[in-house]
Amino acid sequence: MAALDKPPPAAEDGPGSGGERGILEGLRRLEGNDPRESGCRIGCGAGFSSDRLGPAVDLLAEGGLDWLVLECIGERTMAFGHRDRRRDPNAGYNPLLEARMRALLPLCRRHGTRLLSNMGVANPRRAAERTVEIAGELGLRGLTVAWLEGDEVTDLLGPQVPSCEGDPAGEARGGLIAANAYLGIEHLLPALATGADVVLTGRVADPSLFLAPLVQRFGWAADDWDRLAAGTLVGHLLECGMQVTGGYFADPGRKEVPDLARCGYPIAEVTADGGAVITKLTSAGGLVSTATVKEQLLYEVHDPSAYVTPDVIADFSAVTVEEIGRDRVRVAGARGRPRPGRLKVTLAFDGGWLGEAGVSYAGINALARAELAREILKERLVRIHGLACPLRFDLIGVDSLHGTAGVGPVRTEDVRLRVACRSRDRREVELVLWETEAILTCGPAGGGGFRGRITESVTTASSSLPREAVRCRVEVLET
Amino acid sequence: MSRRVRLRDIAHARAGDKGNTSNVSVWIEDPAHYAAVLRQLTPDRLRREFPRLLRGPVEIHALPHLRGLNIVMREALEGGVNRSLNLDGHGKSWSYLILRLEVEVDEPLKTRCR
Repeated sequence: MAALDKPPPAAEDGPGSGGERGILEGLRRLEGNDPRESGCRIGCGAGFSSDRLGPAVDLLAEGGLDWLVLECIGERTMAFGHRDRRRDPNAGYNPLLEARMRALLPLCRRHGTRLLSNMGVANPRRAAERTVEIAGELGLRGLTVAWLEGDEVTDLLGPQVPSCEGDPAGEARGGLIAANAYLGIEHLLPALATGADVVLTGRVADPSLFLAPLVQRFGWAADDWDRLAAGTLVGHLLECGMQVTGGYFADPGRKEVPDLARCGYPIAEVTADGGAVITKLTSAGGLVSTATVKEQLLYEVHDPSAYVTPDVIADFSAVTVEEIGRDRVRVAGARGRPRPGRLKVTLAFDGGWLGEAGVSYAGINALARAELAREILKERLVRIHGLACPLRFDLIGVDSLHGTAGVGPVRTEDVRLRVACRSRDRREVELVLWETEAILTCGPAGGGGFRGRITESVTTASSSLPREAVRCRVEVLET
Repeated sequence: MSRRVRLRDIAHARAGDKGNTSNVSVWIEDPAHYAAVLRQLTPDRLRREFPRLLRGPVEIHALPHLRGLNIVMREALEGGVNRSLNLDGHGKSWSYLILRLEVEVDEPLKTRCR
């Protein structure tokens, strides 16, 4: 879980809440110099469920944003949301919603910025109700919160779970936790059209969270595929937060990023023709360059000429990336083809239990001692106890992450033996942890630092549904 | 005169994952090196370099105007993030698997990437 970078500001101006800048920005707007008038300024204030909060506060305070988007769902967090809601009907939304709303809502109100987020995860209604409660506690009268439901399609699938990619053996059948369709702008736009200050959703295609505000603002037609592709490009570049402003990029001595500890979230300045500049606050650390933008351009993309979303099939193969100033990069040239007729669906299955345990060896002959510990554990777990569940042994510092690829080994005198396993029988996982801990006194000399943990495992697979089968509903709440 | 260099000295890269498919985009800094890299970094070579890891088809998409290429490796994540027992189930570090490969290029310029 991410720690907060700074305490959330109070409802009144506190240190670092940007009050003075807010006044300056208000003056700029009165003088007709509001950067928002000529285009649309969208910021991304979270690129995954546990992303930082402090830089989102700064972005809202100083960014002059029309919209702040928080993208907070991954395949795992979606599934865990469903599991949380099963245990407690009031849970299942993003665990950081409370902290984020307390810090951001007062600034949204002050700067006239609307907030759009998929922090509803598996319970958008409760996320919206909680947001309204928080707004009330903050004294924000008349704040409106719209929530969108309809992405959860578990009931639509019926008793027969469809065949899906990622589950070739069909092993997961029967343990279906939930299925969610990726919604797009056709589902989001009615929620935005309510004019609500905050819009909360469950599963939505990530770029659609950014495209929808642009379509609403500029009135792009539902079949203006090139503009929809241009907006999708903006969304794709912003959806992972700092991955376009210097995060996931630095390689000391080779790729330097200034002040990465204070890295800022991205801003897109978009015009009605779909042109866009990717930038960040000048006061924030990080880097926006052709290199950071190019790396993000193909992040999780397969064929660059066919990036499929619910809204458009975007062709990024002729996109241009041009540095037009310090930390300012212009992107253009996305093209689009008609959207697909089916919506992607992710199915989450109960994957049993994941166990991980480790002990470390350091100093003279550390590698040989760690290897001996590994052999002893294999002998005990597989041959003596007869465990048949998937087991993996790594020597961290020698051949772990790239071990399967056949890289290594390297020389080191600081090695950690890691044991990982997955099983539907929790007792088997507990046995792996027990045996690994016992290696401290029953194994090689000088082993220390045992840690072990057991977590619930969720496996996922993909399928699809006809677009028409998915029905959505919007409701608006108010403080 | 040509020489062997690690890709990391002339290019930068980023890894992403979707299900059990990994993609690594590789960006060559000097236009003079692009054609040579594209010629030498083939699907066949990648499967030969990492036979135990790359169990499925490998495709390479070129973006010449950006000096980029996108390596798409199916069934290359030991089951994917929700199934793999690898510490790095996303394959976030696969970019550095690619960057350690050597290619033959004309005398390289040492550049810092920006």
